[in-house]
Amino acid sequence: MAEELLIPIAADTDVVTARQRGRDLAAEAGFSSGDQTVIAAAISEIARNILMYAKRGEVALSVVTNGDRQGVVVVARDQGPGIRDPERALEDGYSTSGGLGLGLPGARRLMDDFNLDSSVGKGTTVTMKKWRRMNA
Amino acid sequence: MEVPILKQGHYLIASIQSALTDADLSQLREALIERVGRFRARGVIVDVTALDVMDSFAVRTLRDIAHMARLRGAETVIVGIQPEVAFAMVQLGLTLKGVSTALDLEEGLLFLDHQAQLRIERGTGRIDRG
Repeated sequence: MAEELLIPIAADTDVVTARQRGRDLAAEAGFSSGDQTVIAAAISEIARNILMYAKRGEVALSVVTNGDRQGVVVVARDQGPGIRDPERALEDGYSTSGGLGLGLPGARRLMDDFNLDSSVGKGTTVTMKKWRRMNA
Repeated sequence: MEVPILKQGHYLIASIQSALTDADLSQLREALIERVGRFRARGVIVDVTALDVMDSFAVRTLRDIAHMARLRGAETVIVGIQPEVAFAMVQLGLTLKGVSTALDLEEGLLFLDHQAQLRIERGTGRIDRG
């Protein structure tokens, strides 16, 4: 695994930092500007979720290679209250915070791989990846 | 980072210059709604050309600005959404339904002029004291 870029999330400025770092990393890895925007938007959503539900946590960014594919990996972790109903949390329009309820399902649509791991009282980890073909 | 708000005729133009935090966006909303009253503005343009990401909070805030301004008697138009930003917004499911948009500042001004004309024709426009 390549080196990880860790961004602590504890304030709304950290959300901006996380998505900017994600965009930069995607640009360095050769992703198109469209994909950079998509990755930045997905990071923004999950980083805000950390702030809103867990108050603090972190976003880890890295680049991986898999055959002829290169991927940006985003891991968002917190030790917050966890998600009681992960299935519903991934449905459009479901929110327990009065938001639009598009954060998690939206981020899932934006990325290629998406995994939500949460246990009540322990915290939540979202792992998501965006891939590109290296010869493309 | 505070967003500068310019007054041009009956319109307010908020020109976003750099990435905004959630607090910056909320501050912009409060400032615009207050100035609609202070300057008796009939139109609000929010120029988002410089925004390289629009997530659900940004979209919700822009929608709130448009709806609140309308309740205060002003039409809002969002201008300058970049192609990549539009793509990511649609993927996220953020459509800005019920909010007017235009390609750029010029088109936004034309749109507001047109809206004002329609209001006068319908007899719902305010009396022009200017």
